Amino acid sequence: MTAATQDIILQVTGLGKRFGGVDAVANVDLDVYRHETLAIIGPNGAGKTTFYNLLSGRMHPSSGRIVYEGRDITGMPPHEISRLGISRSFQINNIFEEMTVRENVEVAVTALRGEGRRWHNVASRNRDVQADAGALLERLSLSDLADQRAGVISYGDKRLVEIAVVLATRPKLVLLDEPTAGMTPDETQRVMQLVKSLGQSGDYTFLITEHDMNVVFGLADRILVMHRGQKLVLGTPEEVRAHPEVRRAYLGTADEEMAP
Amino acid sequence: MLSQEKTLNGERPAPVALRGAARGGRAAASGSKAWMGWLAGAVVLALLVALPWVAPYFYIFIATEVLILGLLAASFNLVFGYTGMLSFGHAAFFGIGSYAVAMLLQAYQWPLLACLLVAVIVAMLLALTIGFFCVRLNEVYFAMLTLAFGMMVFSIAHQWRSVTNGSDGIAGFMVGSFGLGLDLQLGNPSVYYHVVLVIVLLAAALLYLICRSSFGLILRAIRQNPERVAFCGVNVRVYRLASFTVAGAFAGLAGGLMAPFLRIASPELLHWSMSAEPVLMTILGGSGYFLGPFVGAAMFVLLETWITSMTQAWMLVLGIILAFMVMFFRRGLLGTLLDWIRERK
Repeated sequence: MTAATQDIILQVTGLGKRFGGVDAVANVDLDVYRHETLAIIGPNGAGKTTFYNLLSGRMHPSSGRIVYEGRDITGMPPHEISRLGISRSFQINNIFEEMTVRENVEVAVTALRGEGRRWHNVASRNRDVQADAGALLERLSLSDLADQRAGVISYGDKRLVEIAVVLATRPKLVLLDEPTAGMTPDETQRVMQLVKSLGQSGDYTFLITEHDMNVVFGLADRILVMHRGQKLVLGTPEEVRAHPEVRRAYLGTADEEMAP
Repeated sequence: MLSQEKTLNGERPAPVALRGAARGGRAAASGSKAWMGWLAGAVVLALLVALPWVAPYFYIFIATEVLILGLLAASFNLVFGYTGMLSFGHAAFFGIGSYAVAMLLQAYQWPLLACLLVAVIVAMLLALTIGFFCVRLNEVYFAMLTLAFGMMVFSIAHQWRSVTNGSDGIAGFMVGSFGLGLDLQLGNPSVYYHVVLVIVLLAAALLYLICRSSFGLILRAIRQNPERVAFCGVNVRVYRLASFTVAGAFAGLAGGLMAPFLRIASPELLHWSMSAEPVLMTILGGSGYFLGPFVGAAMFVLLETWITSMTQAWMLVLGIILAFMVMFFRRGLLGTLLDWIRERK
């Protein structure tokens, strides 16, 4: 896996975001390779979520450029970035709580297929959308919950619905923001298996921020360590694990946690 | 209609895959509930049709007003209950629809249907223009901007005497033919009531279709979480504008029906206090249900009629009822009633 032979899906150069006098993200360069799973780690406040916000169009960068599949997407609004194939999840569950699980996914499928313009059909009988949504729910083992209201299912299941909504937009590049946060060990395993199998399917490129080092080292092809908005280290899990600065700045006493 | 809408909003019972719908339990909550909903709808419809023959003469006027204001409130609820935008300028579209019909009747004596068509188009264009600026803003800023535009439209109607006849409004027009070659005596309150009933039913059916469509699904998603919808690749602003414009068109239709009923189009129809009425009606009836605003309009008009016959303090009583609803029955009368029926089972 040498960089030269890799197809770059996302190229970030000199990306920065200032809030007042503080650099939340400062001068980050990053090439993301197609079909890799790249984990971004770092302590709270390291700039991971801000970095996502810049990539997904939620915030405008103060400096730098973001090029996705050869196209400059810096400063594009979220819906355009989503249509190009970048989709993100949120750290805090961000789903449609009053809708059923199925409807949550159907919203994203409807959006993807451009069917939201149809005003004279009956949404609940839109077979194409339902077929796509049903297949995705099946794949995420959410079929049993399909007719439950999203607001009343368990926290872990909500996280899965969030991922289902993300995947329903058929992204090429998926940004997951702490997908296993607050999950039980079983649920964490489920998400890990899911990301792993999706990664192996060769349809997706994953960026994933995560605090659980088992998840990070279990999934990532490469790891980016951020610290105070800057890129500290970028490398394979082995390289990162061995890096003295990483140990000092972030992993510190976490040797036992790092066992894969 | 009632029970189907309920499944969209309320908790869903266990899936029932018996009725040959595309998906188990999707359109059909449960057989008996759907059946009761249709029965209730049929009874209400029959009563509405028979009203001029069974109710006192006075109630023909009440019912006509309820239907028109119900359509206004339902159009408002497309923006509020479905898309999540609290508009305080909805009377602008209602009022301009009234003026369009009044002016056309006065100047050209067009058939009513042609006048109504123009009212819809004019209101739609006004909503498109005002909405273009308003949908950029969120929450309270959106509400304030719609209020500001509403006041501007009111001022124009109030001050531009040479065109709108100022505070006197447009009056003294004759309501002539209906159109389509139908020989209807529109001057007869009972006939006009039936005309309003048919048009409002058709308009409500169309509005209901829009609410249940894929477009409506996206609107409901926008109400709950606009940001998430944007991250699904939807240009939220465009959908908000579409919702606002469609709602304006239906409000224009309601206004167009109001002018021949009142025999006048006056600036009060555009006043910001008129914009508050659909808001109040929707809260009274329940914004979570398609028929909520109609129920709210009926409550509003009937309470106004009954209470003003007893005391002058109608607004005080309305205020108390409203405060009570907002504090204890936030789902409105229809929502609370349907919740109660469901829990009893």
